[in-house]
Amino acid sequence: MSDNRIIEKRQLADEVCEIRVEAPLIARERQPGQFVILQLDGEFGERIPLTIADADPDAGWILLVFQTVGHTTHRLAALQEGDRIAHLLGPLGTPTHIERFGSVVCVGGGIGVAPLHPIAKAMKAAGNRVTVVVGARTRDLIVMEEPMRAIADEFVLCTDDGSAGRKGLVTEPLAEICARAPKPDLAVAIGPPIMMKFCAETTRPFAVPTVVSLNTIMVDGTGMCGGCRVTVGGRTRFVCVDGPEFDGHQVDFDNMMQRLNAYKDHEQAAHERCHLDEAIARKERDHERQA
Amino acid sequence: MNDKPEPSPEDNRRLLDTLLPRKDELKARERIAIPAQPMPAQPARERVRNMSEVALGYAHDQARLEALRCLQCKNAPCVKGCPVAIDIPAFVKAIADGDTADAIAIIKRNSLLPAICGRVCPQETQCQLDCTVGKSLKDVELSVSIGRLERFAADWERESGRMLPPEVKPETGRKVAVIGSGPASLTVAADVRREGHAVTLFEAFHKPGGVMMYGIPEFRLPKAIVQLEIDTLKAMGVRIVTDYVVGRTRKLKDLLERDGFDAVFVGTGAGLPKFMNIEGENLVGVFSANEYLTRSNLMRAYDEGAADTPIRRGRHVAVLGGGNVAMDAARTAVRLGADEVHLIYRRTEKEMPARIEEVAHAKEEGIRFHLLRNVKRILGDETGRVVSVECLKYELGPPDDSGRRRPVEIPNSEYVLPMDTVVVAIGNDSNPLIPQTTPEMETNRWGNIVVNENNRTSMPGVYAGGDIVLGAATVILAMGQGRQAAAAINEQLREETKS
Repeated sequence: MSDNRIIEKRQLADEVCEIRVEAPLIARERQPGQFVILQLDGEFGERIPLTIADADPDAGWILLVFQTVGHTTHRLAALQEGDRIAHLLGPLGTPTHIERFGSVVCVGGGIGVAPLHPIAKAMKAAGNRVTVVVGARTRDLIVMEEPMRAIADEFVLCTDDGSAGRKGLVTEPLAEICARAPKPDLAVAIGPPIMMKFCAETTRPFAVPTVVSLNTIMVDGTGMCGGCRVTVGGRTRFVCVDGPEFDGHQVDFDNMMQRLNAYKDHEQAAHERCHLDEAIARKERDHERQA
Repeated sequence: MNDKPEPSPEDNRRLLDTLLPRKDELKARERIAIPAQPMPAQPARERVRNMSEVALGYAHDQARLEALRCLQCKNAPCVKGCPVAIDIPAFVKAIADGDTADAIAIIKRNSLLPAICGRVCPQETQCQLDCTVGKSLKDVELSVSIGRLERFAADWERESGRMLPPEVKPETGRKVAVIGSGPASLTVAADVRREGHAVTLFEAFHKPGGVMMYGIPEFRLPKAIVQLEIDTLKAMGVRIVTDYVVGRTRKLKDLLERDGFDAVFVGTGAGLPKFMNIEGENLVGVFSANEYLTRSNLMRAYDEGAADTPIRRGRHVAVLGGGNVAMDAARTAVRLGADEVHLIYRRTEKEMPARIEEVAHAKEEGIRFHLLRNVKRILGDETGRVVSVECLKYELGPPDDSGRRRPVEIPNSEYVLPMDTVVVAIGNDSNPLIPQTTPEMETNRWGNIVVNENNRTSMPGVYAGGDIVLGAATVILAMGQGRQAAAAINEQLREETKS
C-alpha cells in the first residue's frame, strides 16, 4: 500500500544497520514484540523476518535493525535513503503481554537489544520498575545503548572483552539481580539463541518467569509453512503465529539452534560471495579512480 | 498409463473423417467403440529434469474424437457430479461439432476458471465417476475425459487471444473486500465486480493466486495460466493489494467500520500444516509439504542460480501421505535431483485421495510407493539431522465410519529406511489468523468459520468460503462456494441500495 521507502539509514556497528522505513499501515497496528517479513525482489528474492525496533504511528514509520549475515541482509544494507523495499508484510506475531508485573529485568544481547527496546519501553510505560542489561561481544557491537539507558531505572552494560562496561556475560549481572530480595517478577531475554538459553538457565533456579523472543527460519510468517516450528514444553509451536515469545524455561533451545543451522552452508556461501563482491567492487572503484 | 502404442495424428484424422459425416447419427455402440484418447504427455525420463507442464493437452482431432464418445445422456449423470453444474453434454457436443468457441462459452456460464479446473479437478470422483461410457466399459478411466476437454476448450480460447474480460456493469459506489486470493476469492472478486461494485482483494503473500501459486507445482498447473486469471480481474478493475494480512495489518472489523467496505469475503484457505506428532518431527530435514512446495513454487527455489531462497536437495526423500499434495511434493523432490523418492501411505492405493493421473505420473517418474506403511518415528544424528525413518506395517481391518477399511498396525513389524529428507503431507487445518483476531466471528471446534447456506458468517456483512469453511478440499469446491457467496453479497448490496 505504502511505498516502503527508507527515510533514514545509519550504520550502528560493524555489520549492523538501522533503517527507518515509511510504512504507515504497519506503524499504525504494530505492538511491542511484533515483526515484519521483507523481500527485496518479488520474483526471486527470499523472505526474511525482522523484528520491529521502534515505530511512530503518527509519522508512519517503523525502525528496523539488522545484522548483515546473508545475501538479503547484505542487499538491504546496500540500499540508500530514498530507496524502496519491494515487499514488506506486517506486523506479524502475537504481541508481548504487557502489564504491571512490578519489577522487570530486560536482558539484550548484541542485536537482540533492538527488539527488546519497544518491550522495555512498554513495560516502563505500564508502571514497572525496569532494569536493563545490555551485552555485546565488544564495544563496537553495542546497539541502542542510549535509548535503553533513557528507559531503564537501572542500567548494566557488559562486554565479553571488557572494552565497555563490566567484563563478562549478561548472565552474571542477571544472576545477581535474581538473587536480590525481592527478586524480579519477570525477565525478558532477547539475543542470540545461546544467550537466551543461558539466561533461562540462570533464572530457572530463582523461579523468575522468563520470556524469550525467537527468530527462526520462516517463509510466509502467517502460519502456513511451519518452517519456524520449535519445541516448547514438549509441544510443537509455530514462532510466527504462536510466538515469537515463549516461556524460556520450556523452549528446547538445542533443537532450535540445530534447525537454525539448516541452511548454514547456503548462508555461509552467500556471505562469502557478498564479501567477495564487495571486495571486487572496491577494487574496481580503486582502479577507476586511478585510471 | 497406456501401454498400447498411441495412434498417430494421421490415424486420428482418418478415423475422424469416417465419423464426422454421421456425427449426429452415431449409435451408442459406435461411440463407445471410439478409442479413449490418451493425454499427450512429456516422456517421464525427460520431464523429471524440468519443471514444465507434464500433460500437454489434446490436439484438435483428438479432442473431437474424445467428444464424439459422449452419448449425450438425457439424465446427464456427469452434470450431477459437477460441483458447479456445468452443462457438460452441451459443451462436449460443441467440441464434437468443431465449435470450440461455443464450448468455452457454455463452460464459462458456470465455471470461471476452466483452464485451471480442467487441469486440477479430481474428475474421476466427480463428473467422470458416473459417466455412462465409463460404466459400460466398467472402468472409470475410460469415461469420457471431460476434464481434458474442458482444458482443451479453455486453452484454445487463451491461445486464440480472444479472451476478453467479462463485462462490468456501471459503478454502484459500493465497496467489497475479498481476503485471500485463491480460487474461492478470485471467483467472488469476479462475480461481485461484474455487478459494478468496487472490489479490493487483499493477499498476504507478495503474489496473488493462493494455493494455485504456492502449492500446486508448475509441472501440473503453469503459473502463467493463474497469472492470466489475475490479469483478467485487474482488467475488470479489481484492485489487488499484496503484502496485506487481514487480522494483523488491519482487523477485519476495521475494514467494515473504518475503511468503508460494505461487505467482506473471507477466503483464507486451509493454511496450517498438520504434523504427525511423532518423535523426530522437528529434526533438521523434516518439512511440511506447504513449506517444501512454497519454497519450490512461489519462491522459485528450484531455480538454483536465480532464487535467493534455498531448498533442501535431498538424495533419499520420504513423503508421508497419499493425496495430491503428497504427489506434488514427491514429484518435486524427483525434479530437485533426489536419487530415491519414497511415498509412504497408511492405506492402499485404492484409498489414496490423489487424482489417478497424478498417481500414475508419480509412478512413471520412479517414485516408490510403500503402501500399508506408516512412519512411527524419525531418527536423527548427533547434529539433529534426519538419517532414517522407522516404519510400521499395516493391514486393512473392518470399515470405519467413512466406509473405508481402517488400517490396523501389525505389531512388531518395524523396519528402518535410511532417509535424509522427510516431507509431511498429511493435510492442513484452517488458518487461525482471522478467527484469532476476529473474536466476533463464530468458528467450529476445528477452527473452520461457520456459515449458513448463503455462506454468510455470524458477523453481519461478512461471508466466507473455500477451505476456511470446508477444511482442506478442492479448487472446484472452493469456486462453487465463491459463486454462492458472491450471489449473496450481490443480493445484500442490491437490497441495501433499494432501501
